Amino acid sequence: MVVWTDQERAYIQDIFSKLNYEDAGPKALQRTLIVYPWTQRYFASFGNLYNAEAIMSNQKVAAHGVVVLHGLDRAMKNMDDIKNTYTELSVLHSDKLHVDPDNFRLLADCLTIVIASTMGTSFTPDVQAAWQKFLAVVVSALCRQYH
Amino acid sequence: MSLSANDKATVKALWAKISPKAEDIGSEALSRMLYVYPQTKTYFSHWSDLTPGSAPVRKHGKKVIGGIGLAVEKIDDLFNGLLTLSELHAFQLRVDPANFRILSHNILVVLAMLFPDDFTPEAHLALDKFFARVALALSDKYR
Repeated sequence: MVVWTDQERAYIQDIFSKLNYEDAGPKALQRTLIVYPWTQRYFASFGNLYNAEAIMSNQKVAAHGVVVLHGLDRAMKNMDDIKNTYTELSVLHSDKLHVDPDNFRLLADCLTIVIASTMGTSFTPDVQAAWQKFLAVVVSALCRQYH
Repeated sequence: MSLSANDKATVKALWAKISPKAEDIGSEALSRMLYVYPQTKTYFSHWSDLTPGSAPVRKHGKKVIGGIGLAVEKIDDLFNGLLTLSELHAFQLRVDPANFRILSHNILVVLAMLFPDDFTPEAHLALDKFFARVALALSDKYR
């Protein structure tokens, strides 16, 4: 059972309340595909991913970035039971999408960096710790149904 | 994942931009590493104060970022250029190499915070590769 302090809950809620899903989602996914190009293996149907410019202007990438962030929104709204909230998503990523779970960590790191760049110095060590704990719980829940 | 000529140029250009703030970056990154990944504190049990921004943290952050600066200078031959540092980490400090990745991540977070316009995806890519190479060079003498 994950224990959240009131402080951690406040930090997470605050980040999401200030987040522009239509901006951060695409940016995080673009960065993942550019910085860790092997992650492109899961997006063969997305068309042109040949270089950074193509990735940044790819509409399917942008749309999917938003989908990912709405998925995280669900976790934020169910912080005390992310494990069960994500059962179907975990099965989806394992059995249908066949995503190597290590990629979740890569996307999480890129999202952290995007949020750091929008929040600047208000992304204090406390906030970073709470945020990374949240992402670790999310990643763990996504990995749970793998077999 | 070796460094292309373009990667090296990108790293050098970004370093030139950020090096005036090198000490702040070092201190901030080290502070976050110790705070967000508390297992890293095990290497510093001899310090009086491990809180973010404390004197020992600032002093050590400066040292670490100095090492990164050296690595940028020696970017064309990291394994030889960082030989002494590798021996230090292998035989004296014996830092588990997994922690190099943790520190690298925190440096990248700090750069994103302080230089959001310069820390483009391309710069992020080059720097991530560079830090991975530096970590490899640092752990070269381990066994």
